[in-house]
Amino acid sequence: MNPRARALDALVIVALVTFPFWLAAVGGYTELATRVVVMGLAAMSLNFLLGYTGVLSFGHAAYFGLGGYGTAMAIKFFGFGSVPAMLFGVLIATVAAMAIGALIVRRRGVYFAMVTIAFGQVFYFIAFRWNVVTGGDDGLTGWSRQPIDLGFYKLDIAGNDKAFYYFALVVFAICVAGMARLIHSPLGRSLVAIRENERRVRFLGLNVESRIWLSFVISCFFVSVAGGLYALLNNFIDPRALRFDLSGNFVIMAVMGGMRSFWGPLLGAAIFVALQDFVSSHTENWMFMIGLVFVLVVRFFPRGLLGVLTRGSSA
Amino acid sequence: MTLLRVENVTKRFGNLTAIENVSLTIEPGELRAIIGPNGAGKTTFFNLISGLFPPSSGTVRLDDKDVTGLSPEERVRRGMARTFQITEIFPELSVIENLRVAVEMAEGHSLSAWLSPASKRAVNQRLDQLLTTGNLTGKTDVRVGALSHGDQRAAEIMMALALKPRLLLLDEPTAGMGDQETYNVAQLVRRLHRREGLTIMLIEHDMRVVFNLADRIMVLGEGRVLAEGTPQEIAANEDVQRAYLGEVAK
Repeated sequence: MNPRARALDALVIVALVTFPFWLAAVGGYTELATRVVVMGLAAMSLNFLLGYTGVLSFGHAAYFGLGGYGTAMAIKFFGFGSVPAMLFGVLIATVAAMAIGALIVRRRGVYFAMVTIAFGQVFYFIAFRWNVVTGGDDGLTGWSRQPIDLGFYKLDIAGNDKAFYYFALVVFAICVAGMARLIHSPLGRSLVAIRENERRVRFLGLNVESRIWLSFVISCFFVSVAGGLYALLNNFIDPRALRFDLSGNFVIMAVMGGMRSFWGPLLGAAIFVALQDFVSSHTENWMFMIGLVFVLVVRFFPRGLLGVLTRGSSA
Repeated sequence: MTLLRVENVTKRFGNLTAIENVSLTIEPGELRAIIGPNGAGKTTFFNLISGLFPPSSGTVRLDDKDVTGLSPEERVRRGMARTFQITEIFPELSVIENLRVAVEMAEGHSLSAWLSPASKRAVNQRLDQLLTTGNLTGKTDVRVGALSHGDQRAAEIMMALALKPRLLLLDEPTAGMGDQETYNVAQLVRRLHRREGLTIMLIEHDMRVVFNLADRIMVLGEGRVLAEGTPQEIAANEDVQRAYLGEVAK
């Protein structure tokens, strides 16, 4: 690994560990930091598929939302603790991704993106209509995240903002370390190879469809963890967490930050969340500002903001 | 035992018959060249053998087992590897990364999230061998897309070789190369054939290369077999001369 990448890793780690403190100094608040981490995890998960396998999904919000709804329902209906509830949500979302992935992996490019939207919207409409279970359009209320009892210590993620931030950060760190491990493994290299040249991979003896399926499932697994955190963060979930415009936002975050760089999507998410928070307090048309920034980034940083750090930029 | 046996394959694309009733057998250790004018169906024939698409009729057998309906990846697993007329590599990755992907797939590691130190050593050893064989030792960290034509081809051939194939198909390995590069690639093919005893089938336009390397030559014209035989027999064949002169006259 080159020294520049290592320096960036260190910078990101220090920035995240001290996030709630310096964010307050520049006018932010702890919950905003948590939102950056949660959306950053979602964007990085999407990018596992988009940046490292070369497959575009416009339906990742479905698995994000399923993770969130699963978490919320497990707490509300089954009385699960926060962590088991998240595991339940992640399980639901991953099983859904396995089934839907199997139906769509034969599609490529824009067709793949279209069917991911279509299947994603199915979950949105279920959540929207099935009032008794999901709360329908009003969302699922009447539950809240529970403190985590570690036996020797009670972590009060329910009452203490910073405690929840660090809980989210630990989950984020585990997921990100897992993705980094995969990317730098033979499995990850085979995915990058698919991105680079599908035909060559096929003629190296690999079944490309089953490999894309695997990457899709891994990516959805991680995005559903982010969805679980998102539900816990808000003590609330509604159908917008499943809708395709959120999927689009994940793509914007990844592209804006740089989908060929590991941390790019996190930076993209940070900018997105910060802009959303700041601009939406002044105008309802905050999406306009994000659109403007997105266009400028794509115009002047075609590889994304962190794309300049990746190799081969001069070629 | 015959390694490859192609029987009466035909390939139609709509009204066009690209390959008509072509048969051939390849014995282990052989180096076979396929020649013929442009549009004779040589690449189509390769695609039928390697499984890019199925023939309209006829069978392809590897080791006497019917592989006609199998996918390319399944044929690779059974010992068939190929290169393409337009190099199929991972242009944004370095030479060593290209080869590493191939070696890891060949060694069955491609689903692993982790490699034992012993496997890692074995992979690296294999990489060193391939780099040496392909004369790429000095260029390990260069982006493959930035290499010369000849080196890109060498890298592609080494990726195919990483699979330890028993039959290697090379589609115009010297296409678009200057004299020196053509010579280097021809030398590489000769080494693979002579030293490693690899069975090779190649499509080639450069007649010096063909007549220097091939044990036997098959000539295709308009999708049919015009002639088959040793280089001497082919050189003396009047049908072949007519086919090639015809092309020049156009």
